[in-house]
Amino acid sequence: MTSINVNGKTYELKDVPDDTPLLWVLRDHLGLTGTKYGCGVAECGVCTVHLDGVAIQSCVTEVGEVGDSKITTIEGLSEDGSHPVQKAWREHGVPQCGYCQVGQMMMAAAMLRSNDNPSDDDIDSEIWNICRCGTYPRIRAAIKSAAKEMQSK
Amino acid sequence: MSSTLQSQKGVTRRGFLAGVSAGSLVLMAKVSSGQDVAVADAAKADVESFNPDLFVSIAPDGTVSILAHRSEMGTGIRTSLPRVVADELEADWDRVKIVQAIGDKRLGDQNTDGSNSIRFFFDRMRVAGATARTMLERAAAQKWGVSAQECSADNHRVVHSGSDRTIEFGQLVSIARTLDVPPADQLKMKSPSKYRYIGKDTPITDMDDILTGKAIYGIDARMDNQLFAVIARPPVVGGTVKSFDATRAKKIPGVVDVVEIPKFTGAPVFQPLGGVAVCATSTWAAWQGRDALEIEWDEGSNASYDTDEFAKTLAESANKPGKTVRNHGDAPQRIADSSKVHKADYSVPHLSHAPMETPCAVADVKTEGDKVVACTVTAATQNPQAVQQAVGPAMGIKNEDVIVNVTLLGTGFGRKSKPDYCVEAAMLSRKMGRPVHVTWTREDDIHHDYFHTISHVHLEAAVDDAGMPTAWLGRAAYPTIGSTFNPLANEPAAFEVEMGLSDCPYDIPNLRVEVGQAQAHTRIGWLRSVAHIQQNFAVSSFADELASHAGRDPYEYLIELLGDDREIDLKATGLSNRGASAKDYPYDIGRLKAVTHRVAEMADWKRGKTLPKGRGLGIACCRAFLGYTGHVVEVEISKDGKLRIPKIWVCLDAGLIVSPDRVRAQVEGAAIMATTQARFGKISFKNGRVVQSNYDDYSMVTMSNAPREIIIDVVDSKAAPAGVGETTVPSLAPALCNAIFAATGKRIRDLPLSDHDLSWA
Repeated sequence: MTSINVNGKTYELKDVPDDTPLLWVLRDHLGLTGTKYGCGVAECGVCTVHLDGVAIQSCVTEVGEVGDSKITTIEGLSEDGSHPVQKAWREHGVPQCGYCQVGQMMMAAAMLRSNDNPSDDDIDSEIWNICRCGTYPRIRAAIKSAAKEMQSK
Repeated sequence: MSSTLQSQKGVTRRGFLAGVSAGSLVLMAKVSSGQDVAVADAAKADVESFNPDLFVSIAPDGTVSILAHRSEMGTGIRTSLPRVVADELEADWDRVKIVQAIGDKRLGDQNTDGSNSIRFFFDRMRVAGATARTMLERAAAQKWGVSAQECSADNHRVVHSGSDRTIEFGQLVSIARTLDVPPADQLKMKSPSKYRYIGKDTPITDMDDILTGKAIYGIDARMDNQLFAVIARPPVVGGTVKSFDATRAKKIPGVVDVVEIPKFTGAPVFQPLGGVAVCATSTWAAWQGRDALEIEWDEGSNASYDTDEFAKTLAESANKPGKTVRNHGDAPQRIADSSKVHKADYSVPHLSHAPMETPCAVADVKTEGDKVVACTVTAATQNPQAVQQAVGPAMGIKNEDVIVNVTLLGTGFGRKSKPDYCVEAAMLSRKMGRPVHVTWTREDDIHHDYFHTISHVHLEAAVDDAGMPTAWLGRAAYPTIGSTFNPLANEPAAFEVEMGLSDCPYDIPNLRVEVGQAQAHTRIGWLRSVAHIQQNFAVSSFADELASHAGRDPYEYLIELLGDDREIDLKATGLSNRGASAKDYPYDIGRLKAVTHRVAEMADWKRGKTLPKGRGLGIACCRAFLGYTGHVVEVEISKDGKLRIPKIWVCLDAGLIVSPDRVRAQVEGAAIMATTQARFGKISFKNGRVVQSNYDDYSMVTMSNAPREIIIDVVDSKAAPAGVGETTVPSLAPALCNAIFAATGKRIRDLPLSDHDLSWA
């Protein structure tokens, strides 16, 4: 039996093979459907979660590899949608369909942890998620707003 | 089972369910959740609320519930249409609840497609709001014993002009429910100057749910005791299962059963492709099981489909006389007689919708013996009534007895108005005797889409000494969307040709448009902006080519080509105008020229001439989905051919705008989607199979290679509301390619750009 820590809570996983992608464990076994499926091959970033604060693609991360690391999903990014990226996303009206935005925000939040003043080039290289609605200009603007808020704290 | 219409707790049959016979049940479901579906007794709930209209209900506590009957896939429509109701009702937006409707034809058109929502329902929503407001005003008049003329609604209360008296909407519910519903001619609509919400911005209603991961899409929909299914479909459209061995699949932990799904009969329409489904206790187990299946396919007649070869037959078809669909003067003769003729051929490959959320649905089918007695589908669908029409016959029940809950959609682009995946879920649930959720993997989605067609457009023009065309011939050949519904359909349909080719806006004395034959070998579907994709690409590129031949500035030449400000005679030209009247939606060349002038001004067009080699501006304009767009694109191309798009300017005239910020978001998104398609969009077939399979080989523009800045001007207009979502897609690709020509001298006639070497010396 494997156990994993998600959003500060430990879950015992019964009858879940170790090679099951973390994505499907979160969604189908733990009912945490905020993390989405997009490609299954780490090409789109929709399934991004944090592993000890670092952005990873849960669709290619086997649950057996997680070990004692702490997983954070969108459900645990903040208690009430008040993380600076969530606030900036709201302020800039980023979401259209919204489906990829969870992954976009998780990616941005992880980047901002290590770099609270990202340049356009930083954003270009680190935020590679796909958005089929085409919200990239607003994501860029929202990341800059979130960075400003984080710097002022 | 009686017919049903979703409403929410405390909302009654009257109003939301006007016209439903007494004794009907009210289906209750949470907004946008698709779960916790329960059936309640309408009679009980009928005691309290005021339901003046199918779309509006007001509870005694003042809560105004508004039905959203169109699907939310990113346009903001779940917010915009209720805003129109709330505005006419003078409701306080903070006290409005939005309730997502199930599929029900009494609500009118629910096919959230064709950029139609505001156009079709702006007036209808105003009537809904005005009806409720008028009745509340009359209720207040009755309560106070004054004339209704002296009572007016104002932000969730009614005010008496003859005194200081005010009363909350909620307190009027008990009287209002006893009044007769006023006929439409007694309604007084608000003056646009008094609009509270129309034309003003607000966050979309699902914003907080989206930002916190609580928003429920089709992939998230859950029913108690559901299984998860992943399906192996025939690799070639029309293929069937010859035999299969599920021994290995059944050994995967979590796999419950393996079920064969029959292939569609006749035309594909919205019936499943067929195949073998693995039902399991989790998506991953089902997926593993599917991959462990050993299947022998009978591939059928499309197994030789090869798009490289097929493109040649399309080119041949477009290069010989075809069927005339628009004609004035004698273009072929003038061209034959002319000493100066220009010709060009353009092609666009198949494209896949690749919606961010793959097609997903969950169904619960209840049976007694062999008979289906109940069927509920919860899905990310653009068209719940199409789900009813597809699932009903497949289950042998009446369409209206299929209950369809609509979740949020992780984009749609036209893919999710084709509910084959809902039928799959229903078939599997019927077989398994419990709810089954079908998830398409990304590979399933890319391999088995209803593809945007593969096309060839041939254009020729005879020009005078000044380089202006005196005759124009356009001919298109591509498999038609009609083939998905009728296997005999083998040439572009009038409605397709009208998207960018036969609606040619140029003022040319001799003009002919023809279509050539083309047989479909896969399922052809409509994708955001549809045939405009290939036809406006060709027509707007050719205009730029003619300008270049004439040695003219492309913008000035384009304006001259558009001719005098005038309305195109729809009758004489045989254009359907999307069924819209010439009175409300004239084909107004003046408006088309105005957006073109404006966008050139925004981009400081003249600057283009001063740019060094490798940089350039391109321009294009079009009328699509009844709206008008002008695009200027700026490109920077390195000597080794690396393309960068620093800026795009867009001017849109879509008539009256309800939600300005959502319109801007659509324009931004359209530019980026069109950029993706122009740069990378290519689905190819070999041996009847799709070659590409995921985002790694069917690439999308991302942050680093998307247009960096998109500058938008939306025309302030009182004209009837036109389409938006698709309107600004078509002119982007030609403007981009025209910019590439300006920057490098390389003319792109065949998309995508990734097939071309853009390097220059």
